Amino acid sequence: MYDFDYHKPTTVADAVALLAADPDAKAVSGGHTLIPALKHRLNKPTSLVDLSGIAEMKGIKQVGNAIVIGAFTRHVEVATSALVKSTIPALAYLASHIGDNQVRNRGTIGGSVSNNDPAADYPSAVLGLGATIHTSSRKIPADEFFLGMFTTAMEPDELLVAIEFPIPEKAGYAKMKNPASRYVMAGAFVSKGPAGVRVAINGAAACVFRQAEMEAALAANWSPEAVAGIKQPADDMNSDIHGSAEYRAHLVTVMAKRAVAAAG
Amino acid sequence: MDTGVENATPFAGIGASVKRKEDLRFLSGRGHYTDDISRPGQTHCWFVRSPHAHARIASLDTAAAAGMPGVVAIFTGADMTGIGGVPCGWLIHNKDGTPMREPPHPVLAQGKARFVGDAVAMVIAETRQQARDAAEAVTVEYDVLPAVGMDNALTPGAALVHDDVPGNLCYDWHIGDEAAMRAAFSGAKHIVTLELTNNRLIPNAMEPRSAIGDYDPTTGDHTLYTTSQNPHVIRLLMGAFVLNIPEHKLRVVAPDVGGGFGSKIFHYIEEAAVTWAAARIARPIKWTADRTESFMTDAHGRDHVSVAKLALDEHGTFLGLHVATRANMGAYLSTFATSVPTYLYATLLAGVYTTPAIYAEVKAVFTTTVPVDAYRGAGRPEATFLLERLVDVAARDTGIDKLEIRRRNFIKPDQFPYQTPVALEYDSGDYFSTLEMGLKAADWAGFEARRAAARAQGKLRGIGISTYLEACGIAPSAVVGALGARAGLYEVGTIRVHPTGSVTVLTGTHSHGQGHETTLAQLVCDQLGVPFDKVDIVHGDTAKIPFGMGTYGSRSLAVGGSAMVKAMDKIIAKAKRIAAHLMEASVEDVEFANGEFRVAGTDKTKAFAEIALTAYVPHNYPIDEIEPGLEETAFYDPKNFTYPGGCHIAEVEIEPETGHVRMVNFTAVDDVGRVINPMIVEGQVQGGVAQGIGQALLEACVYGSDGQLLSGSLMDYTMPRADDLAPVSVATHTTLCTHNPLGVKGCGEVGAIGSPPAVINAVVDALKEYDVRHVDMPATPAKIWSIIHGSAQRAAAE
Repeated sequence: MYDFDYHKPTTVADAVALLAADPDAKAVSGGHTLIPALKHRLNKPTSLVDLSGIAEMKGIKQVGNAIVIGAFTRHVEVATSALVKSTIPALAYLASHIGDNQVRNRGTIGGSVSNNDPAADYPSAVLGLGATIHTSSRKIPADEFFLGMFTTAMEPDELLVAIEFPIPEKAGYAKMKNPASRYVMAGAFVSKGPAGVRVAINGAAACVFRQAEMEAALAANWSPEAVAGIKQPADDMNSDIHGSAEYRAHLVTVMAKRAVAAAG
Repeated sequence: MDTGVENATPFAGIGASVKRKEDLRFLSGRGHYTDDISRPGQTHCWFVRSPHAHARIASLDTAAAAGMPGVVAIFTGADMTGIGGVPCGWLIHNKDGTPMREPPHPVLAQGKARFVGDAVAMVIAETRQQARDAAEAVTVEYDVLPAVGMDNALTPGAALVHDDVPGNLCYDWHIGDEAAMRAAFSGAKHIVTLELTNNRLIPNAMEPRSAIGDYDPTTGDHTLYTTSQNPHVIRLLMGAFVLNIPEHKLRVVAPDVGGGFGSKIFHYIEEAAVTWAAARIARPIKWTADRTESFMTDAHGRDHVSVAKLALDEHGTFLGLHVATRANMGAYLSTFATSVPTYLYATLLAGVYTTPAIYAEVKAVFTTTVPVDAYRGAGRPEATFLLERLVDVAARDTGIDKLEIRRRNFIKPDQFPYQTPVALEYDSGDYFSTLEMGLKAADWAGFEARRAAARAQGKLRGIGISTYLEACGIAPSAVVGALGARAGLYEVGTIRVHPTGSVTVLTGTHSHGQGHETTLAQLVCDQLGVPFDKVDIVHGDTAKIPFGMGTYGSRSLAVGGSAMVKAMDKIIAKAKRIAAHLMEASVEDVEFANGEFRVAGTDKTKAFAEIALTAYVPHNYPIDEIEPGLEETAFYDPKNFTYPGGCHIAEVEIEPETGHVRMVNFTAVDDVGRVINPMIVEGQVQGGVAQGIGQALLEACVYGSDGQLLSGSLMDYTMPRADDLAPVSVATHTTLCTHNPLGVKGCGEVGAIGSPPAVINAVVDALKEYDVRHVDMPATPAKIWSIIHGSAQRAAAE
C-alpha cells in the first residue's frame, strides 16, 4: 500500500471535521473492503480516519418500536445480540451468515452499508425492513439511500452514525453465495410490518432494489407460493463467469420464496 | 484402515501410523520458509509485468524509476546479454520425426510480452515497497497484439505467439498403432464418441513462490534460496543452461516449502533473475510473490480439449480407442510441460482395461497465457477423466451396466505383467478386489433407496465410480531418456550412521508437506532397528545432499526410499563384517534383526550402536580389510514405473432449483503397494481427493478473449473449502510392486487422479432424468442449473 496519515478521532464531529478538511481522506471502519484495496494499491488516500475510537457509533438499543444499531457495530455483535434475535431474528441470521468468523469479528454494519457493495448482505436488510439511516447531519430513508453500485446518498464528508430498523411482524432472508468469494450471488430480504410489505433483492444487480411485483403478491397473500411464479426480468441482472443474468434472475425468485418461508 | 501389512512393529517401523515429526514446527508457526530468510545487506525486487496478453514492447524507460528513493538497480531484457533462456527438459518429436518447436523463454521479455504477467523489467531497491513504488514509475509503451487462446491458436491466420513457430503448433505427436485402431473400429458393433475438456487449474500452494539470490564476490560463490521441489534440478538447469555457473560455485537451498503440487518443480525466471542480478550488484536480492503474482505466473495445470472414440463389440468388450487431444502449453515451454500431455497422458489410456488397439494424437499449442505444466497427477488425471467418462458413456449408450462393462474389460490378476498397446508394462494390480471393496464401503447396493429418499426431499442424488490406474515412481532413466527426457530420474540416498548409532539420512527427494521426515525415518527404524527419535532426514540443500532429482510424480518412496534401502543394505553388510570380527565369528554366521547382530544359534550379540562406535573408534578393528566409518550412499534407478490403482466412488446430491451440487460421500479404495505410514497415506489420499473434487465441482481458470485472467484471485477462483467436501473414507488393498525392494507404489497423486471422473459420473447419474450424457468440469451451480433449465425448456417446447 501507499503511505498515508492516520487519525483516530473520538467523536463523530472530529471525524467529520477531518474528512471535510481533506477530500482525499477516507474513513475506515472494519476495513474489509478498504484495506484489501489499499494492499492492491487500488486506492491512494492521503489519510485514514479510523472510526473505531468513537463510542457514540457503537452499540445496539431499542428506541420505541425500532432497533437502533450504531455504525461501528461489528457483524458478530448483531449476530449474537439477544435484543436483535428477539425482535428481528432475520437480521441476526443475516449477520451470522456474512463472510466467515474473521470477517464477522472485524466488519461493521456501517462500513457495509456505506460501501453499498452490490454483493453485500446488509443493504438488503436496510431496504427490506425500510430502515432509516442516521448520518452525521441528517436522517435518510432507505428508499432514498442506495443510489447505485458503490454509491449512496451520503456526501464525502458525511458519516453513517446509526441505522434505525423498525421492528417487523415478520421478516426473512435467503441468499445464494458466489462459490468463490462467498459474497451474495442473489439474495432476498422480505418483511411485513410498519414499513409495509417489502422485498429487497441484493447480489443480483448493480444495486440492491425492491421487487414491486413480489411485494404486491405478498401483500395479497403472504406465502412462498405467492412469489414462486413471479419471474424477475433478466435485463438488469449481473452476468459474469459465475452465472448468467438469466441464472441470477431465476435465483431471485428462488431466494424470495425461501426468504418468505424463513419468515414464516 | 487396512494397511495390507501384518505384524506392524511396536516401534516406528513399516506399517506404523507414526505422528509426523515435522508437524511440531509447522503447526506451531515455526517452519522456516524462503521468505523467512534474510541475508545481510539484502535488497528487494519487484517485477514490472505486462498488463497485456500479447504486445510488442515499443519503448521501455527506466530513467524516472532509477531516481526513486531506495532504488539500487533496474534491469531489463536488454541488460541480460550472454545468458540463456529457461530450458525445457523434455524433447518431443512430431509424427514425422522432426523435433518439436522450442522457442526461447528469456528471463526478461525480449521485445515482446506473451502473457499477462510476463516480466519485462526487475526493479531492485532497499525495501519491497520502494521497489514496488519504482516499478510503477517504469514507463513501458506497448503495441498490443491479438490474444491467442485455445479456441483460435490453430485457426489459419491466427496471430503468432512466437514469430518462428508457424500455426502456434509446438508439436503434433502420436502414440500407438493407428492401423490396428482403424481395423478395430471397422469391425465394431458400437462406436461411442465423447468430446470433453479438462479444465485449466491454478495450483495455489499455500506458500507463494519466493527466491533469494546471494553472491559472495570474494569466492565467486552463488547461492539461491528458493521454493523448490528439486533443488539439484534447479541448480543444473539454471547453472548449466541459463547463467553458465559451474555446479561447485552454485548452491541451491529449498528450505521448508509450503506446498507444491508440481508447481514448484519448474525452473522459473525469477530464480535466474535474482541469482544473476545479485552477482551484478554484489548484494542479496529477495523476491516473494504476492497472491496476485501467484495466480498470474505459477505454471497452471491441465487444459486439454479432446475427442475420444471407443469401439466395442456386441458384448461390450473394448476393441479400440482413438483419442485426439489439443493441449495448451501457454506462452513458453515450462520445464516438463511437453511431457505432460504425451508420455504422462497418452501412455495411460489403456487404464485398467484390456483394450487391444489404442491410438492417440496430441497437438500442443502455444497461447498467450501463463505456461502450463505438471500439476498433481500431471497427464494422468486428464487420461483418467477421459477414459472413465468414456466408459460410463459407453455403458449408457450400449445399455450395459456401468459396473459390468468395467468388469468385462478389466485386466485380470493372472494377466500381470500386462503389456499395454501404449508402451507401459503393468507389474501388478487387482482391480476386481478394489472394485468390490469400494462397492461395499460405499454401500453401492443401497444407493437406489438413498436416491428415492432424496427424491422425496426434492433432491437429485447420483452415484459415480472411477476404476483408475496411474503410473508413477518416476522413472526408469533409460526408458524416459529414449522418450526424450533430458535428465536421469533415479534417486539417491546417503545413510550416515553416527558413532553412537544415531542416523542422519541425506535424501535427494524433497518434502513440501508430504511428511518425508517421518516416513523415510520409519524405513531406517524398520531396517536398522534404530529408534525413531535417533533418525533425522536432511533434504533440500545442494551443499548437503548428493545429486538427487527431487520430489514429483509420487516418486519419493518408490525411488528415494529404494535408494535408502540399497544404502542400508550396504550398511548392514559392512556392519556384519565388523560384528563378525568383534564376536570372533564367520561373517556368514552373523544375523541381523531388530537392531542386533547375533551369531546364529548362540547368545552372542552386539547392538547396532556398538558396531557404529567400533567403526568410528577402530581400536579393535580389521583395519586392513575394512575402512573405518559407517556411511553409505546408493543411487537407485527404477526398473519400471509403479502402477497404483483402485476404485473411487462419489455420491452427490443436486438441488434442482439452484443447480448446487453437494458432495454427500466419497469412498476411496487404493492399491498403493506396501503402506509405510497408514495415517500419512490416508492424509495424502484425502488431500488429493479434495483437489480432485475441486477440479470436478469448483475450480476453473478463465481467460477472457483479450487474454486477461478473469479468475485472477480467490474472489473468482474457487478453491475447495471444508464445507464443499464430504467425508472421504480411505481404504487400501495391497498388491506389492514387484520391482522395487519395498514393494511400494506411491500415494501422492492417486486422490487427484481417481476422483474427478467419479464425481462427474455421479453428477451425470443424478441428472439422468434430464437425459444428460456429459457434463464438463467444473460442475458449478450455474452450469447445472442451465442444463436442468435447458432440458425443461426443451420439454416445454415439445
